[in-house]
Amino acid sequence: MKRRLPWILLAVSLAVMTAGLLLGEYNKVLEKAITVCLDCIGIG
Amino acid sequence: MGAKLKSQSPRKPRDRRPWYQAVFALGLNAWIPSWFKGEIFQGGIKGVCVPALNCYSCPSAMGACPIGAMQTFFGGLRFNLSVAEKKFGLYVAGLLAAVGSAVGRMPCGWICPFGFIQELFHKIPTPKIRIPRFMTFFRYAVLATMVVALPLLIVDEFGYGQTWFCKWICPAGTLEAGIPLILIKADLRPLIGFMYYWKLGLLVLFVGWFVLSRRPFCRTVCPLGAFWGLFNKVSLFRMAVDDEKCTLCDKCHKDCPVDIKIYESANSPDCVRCLKCVSSCKFGAISYEFLGKREVAPDLRVKNRAESSG
Repeated sequence: MKRRLPWILLAVSLAVMTAGLLLGEYNKVLEKAITVCLDCIGIG
Repeated sequence: MGAKLKSQSPRKPRDRRPWYQAVFALGLNAWIPSWFKGEIFQGGIKGVCVPALNCYSCPSAMGACPIGAMQTFFGGLRFNLSVAEKKFGLYVAGLLAAVGSAVGRMPCGWICPFGFIQELFHKIPTPKIRIPRFMTFFRYAVLATMVVALPLLIVDEFGYGQTWFCKWICPAGTLEAGIPLILIKADLRPLIGFMYYWKLGLLVLFVGWFVLSRRPFCRTVCPLGAFWGLFNKVSLFRMAVDDEKCTLCDKCHKDCPVDIKIYESANSPDCVRCLKCVSSCKFGAISYEFLGKREVAPDLRVKNRAESSG
């Protein structure tokens, strides 16, 4: 079980990531990333 | 004969990690034209979260900061639920967990530009200060409150939460984005106020701490390191210490950039897996294992080959 745990975690993580991509979350991140984050630079 | 013996003698391997760190720091911030245009890179690949704390408002940043992205999802969750929009942050959480499951905190030691900056400042020769162990638990509080709880719980009239960590703490944002953007975008300068000076002051304090202590931000504040550290004990990449070979000489501890005693806990959540201890151990007591393959220090491999052939 101890040897399988990282593989199980990896598989679940990749499944969660894929679900997020299918829900269109990539575009949400892109939308945030291409806008100057005023909070990040301290003038928000 | 003499030349043959010389070629077989064990040589001290050069530490190539700073070069990897430099290449990753430049690679993650490679869009140099943005600096001259006075804007940030806006290419379609910027939705890819990078495995490091690297501000996406750095003019040349090629990818998104996972901690900033995560806070955005938590901050927007209540609004999204109220309008039945299914955006839960699964992409970012899954990506971070996948990296953690594979290699644990290894990106902190090899990829993160902010970790690299801390190590560079620490090379300045001054008296050094050890960080008390209790302070290393503070990063979990930062992760739980600034990244998860506050963006989720404190929302405006529209249901949006703030990116609390970016806004109040993140010195990487100030260094990589705050200072450069103010320098290259004149229209932002009139907006400078208390928050800008707060973050600038915090950055100055952190830089002073970088000089005095080993990677203090990574060890006491970084929420990304806190998250990946949770995977160190269960990741595919594993560190191992052979108790029979270890002489407790403490050389690994003295060389460790995060000041840990790996012989006490091989897969400590504080370890950034830089593998410095593997090469500094003269006795071959420290090794790492990935996908069933175990490795010891390169100089010991050379020594073992020389011994077996002679």
